[in-house]
Amino acid sequence: MSLSNASPASRYDVADRAPRRLSDYLLRWETILVVLLIAVVIVNALISPFFLDFYNLSDATFNFSEKAILALAMTLLIIVRDIDLSIAAIIALASLAMGFAAEAGAPTFALIGIGLGVGALCGAFNGALVTGFGLPSIVVTIGTMSLFRGIAQVALGDQAITKYPASFQAIGQGYITDKAPIPISFVLFLGLAAVFGIVLHRTIIGRKLFAMGANPVAALFSGIAVNRIRFWLFVLMGLMAGLAAVLLTGRIGSTRPNIALGFELEVVTMVVLGGVSIAGGAGTILGVTLAVFVLGLTTFGLSLVNVPGIVISILNGVLLIASISAPAVAQRFLRGRS
Amino acid sequence: MTSETCGACALPLHSGPPPSSDPTSSGHLLPPSAGEGALAASLFFEISIDMAVDASTQVTETSGLSAPILTLTGVSKRFPGVRALHNVNLNLRAGEVTALIGENGAGKSTLVKILTGIYQPDEGEIVVSGAPFICTGPRDAWAAGIAAIHQETVMFDELSVAENIFMGHMPLGAGGRIDWAAMRSRTAELLKRLEADFDANTLLKRLSVAQKHLVEIARALSHDARIIIMDEPTSALSAREIGDLFAIIAQLKRRNCAILFISHKFDEIFHVADRWTCLRDGEEVGHGAIADVAQADLVRLMVGRSIEQVYPKRDVKPGPVVLEAEDLANASEFDGVSFQLRAGQIIGLYGLVGAGRSEAMQGLFGLSPLTRGRVKIDGREAHIRSPADAIRAGLAYVPEDRQIQGVVLPFGIRANMTLASLKAHARDGFLSLAKELQTTKKFGGRLAVKAANWEQKLGELSGGNQQKVVIGKWLASGPRILILDEPTKGIDIGSKAAVHEFMGELASEGIAIILVSSELPEIMGLADEIMVMHEGRVVQRFARGQASAEMIVSAAIANEDAEAPCAGESGEALP
Repeated sequence: MSLSNASPASRYDVADRAPRRLSDYLLRWETILVVLLIAVVIVNALISPFFLDFYNLSDATFNFSEKAILALAMTLLIIVRDIDLSIAAIIALASLAMGFAAEAGAPTFALIGIGLGVGALCGAFNGALVTGFGLPSIVVTIGTMSLFRGIAQVALGDQAITKYPASFQAIGQGYITDKAPIPISFVLFLGLAAVFGIVLHRTIIGRKLFAMGANPVAALFSGIAVNRIRFWLFVLMGLMAGLAAVLLTGRIGSTRPNIALGFELEVVTMVVLGGVSIAGGAGTILGVTLAVFVLGLTTFGLSLVNVPGIVISILNGVLLIASISAPAVAQRFLRGRS
Repeated sequence: MTSETCGACALPLHSGPPPSSDPTSSGHLLPPSAGEGALAASLFFEISIDMAVDASTQVTETSGLSAPILTLTGVSKRFPGVRALHNVNLNLRAGEVTALIGENGAGKSTLVKILTGIYQPDEGEIVVSGAPFICTGPRDAWAAGIAAIHQETVMFDELSVAENIFMGHMPLGAGGRIDWAAMRSRTAELLKRLEADFDANTLLKRLSVAQKHLVEIARALSHDARIIIMDEPTSALSAREIGDLFAIIAQLKRRNCAILFISHKFDEIFHVADRWTCLRDGEEVGHGAIADVAQADLVRLMVGRSIEQVYPKRDVKPGPVVLEAEDLANASEFDGVSFQLRAGQIIGLYGLVGAGRSEAMQGLFGLSPLTRGRVKIDGREAHIRSPADAIRAGLAYVPEDRQIQGVVLPFGIRANMTLASLKAHARDGFLSLAKELQTTKKFGGRLAVKAANWEQKLGELSGGNQQKVVIGKWLASGPRILILDEPTKGIDIGSKAAVHEFMGELASEGIAIILVSSELPEIMGLADEIMVMHEGRVVQRFARGQASAEMIVSAAIANEDAEAPCAGESGEALP
């Protein structure tokens, strides 16, 4: 009974938080991305006089906003140790469905609904396979990548569907207002980034996602419905692919069998360059957003000075490898020094 | 059983190759006893010559003891915000077992990691066999003859015993090809020396945990290791396997190995060790011969508290029945498990590994589907199909495997503490840092979690403190029924006492507790009722004080095993 007196209610002094050190902020991945972004802007501005032009920059966002929207949902998937490589194929399938509906005379709002719906259904199919049968998502979505794209190619043959109503095309091509010509797709991305950021970093759902990524077993034991959440993340990914399909189909005004080909790897590049751990459990929406700008502006700047696309692709590959190896290299460097 | 005297142990009794060089192995000059024969006599002769070379230092210094073959002097190691080791001295002598004792977080693991080259000390000197030891990686440790046998064996399940033993230093033949014949014959020789009952080609996954330990020891011997570190080697072993391990330790002593034995179990320490060194908060607080010390003294040294207080008994009047389990069963692991649990009551669930205790509790908690049975809470049937259902019904489950099932290592203390009760720490789905911190301080303080700050990552805490955080997480969920599955497994005595005391406190607050434990003193000291499981079924129930350790153990092994008294002994050896 004497023990309760010795009960160490405040045996140790524990601070509320770790001491804040400048080096912690400077070593953050986001800080490095900001530096990288500034460097990209400066180099581009030096190379081309047309780079720092509001209208040019604004139009440049057309080229990456769809992928950026996909990257937001992909971030959540990768944080919980999953991945979806079928997103570009989902876009093809959703675009195909919208194309058939447009040929049948469906109005714009119905086309949007069909695009989003097909995307969500494809995502649900992925999610059901992954969580229902316990299959690895990378294998499942490599399979559905071929499946979805294959269906689209068989149904479409080598033709293209181009009969889209003007109001539908305006979503992908249009600006918010005429006075400030900012693309709708870019504004959508910024809005979604804010929502995703708040949900991931401020809410219960976000905490659960990080816990699932850091230790799925402990998350399950703590009462988190791990598989249900994973399923809905695949649905969300599909829904975002549907949205990207709406924007992309409207922007190019047509559905072709090879629409969005290779998007999945560019999206994964954005996410990984954004500092999201491919092993799960770590990453920020801010980082991914910065990575979107780094990659988007690099591509835009290089295309301004007529660097061929294949060279830009090489550069993106180098950026990706550099970004995933940077932490390991830095660690080795720091260890060597101490 | 008393520890063996040094007299007999300096002379190897086996005919295997003698240790490569051991000028410092023995300090005593007694002639060999009759019957040990010519081999022993010739060895004695060699040793005598060695002694003569540096007798001036040894004889005066050691007075009957062998000189240390490993010496740590003033070793310190700092991590950001933590002083892991401070000015630690340690001597290991050939043919002796030195027990390293201390609470979790006292610095034992850091010390082991320094000796095996994973960490480098910030200050201090390490001397192995007379030469300064500078260790930058596991290979240096091997080269210096240091081998560690870990709590959880890290080996290759899909490879053979021989491949495991020689991994990294396989004998090579012409053209750099592996010389399988040599590897097998050397393995066979090592296994014979250790009296192993399996052969070199057996796949590792076919072996028991105890046999895997044997493989690790064989691996150490294959490197001619002279210093063997055993870090909690018995935590996964049955009483009988522990006996086998002790026989091997005795053999290693006879082979002149120095052994550093780390354990939380005092009966084992007193059984097997010759000397002891105690760490507390990274400092060495004492050392000496086991023969000269009492268990109570060691406990006091470790925690500054005496052992009578380890099992605080609280008399709590049990309240109404809160949980009724009727005939629970799942597909294969348990069947017909029924019990009633009252508010303020502690039920102890005892059984051997594989008896189905954890599985039954996980079924109750909604982690695995039940194929039969009903669960009533407060008399009303509860349908628990997921842990979330269980939490809503007022259950909490502190799992057995802390690292995998309990903590999220990359998360800080705060995020771990609130993980099972996020809703209570949020408004409209948005988490409130202030509420989280309040809960963390409340339970972190009550459980005396030792940390630099509440954001410290769980991976940086000791096992005992991690366990406190897991318990805190479940208390934060406001449970009425708390299931603790091996809550003190592998944690130090101070944390253990804190957990035990806390259980008593919770019971007196009316929380109903199920304590799954393999430690008899814990079960007998704390439980109001003891249920014993065997092969998935509840085979015996005892009220508090009704059963002796032997009765409980023989129920757990269902009287089939002739080794019953042996198993009982390990439980009884504790007060």
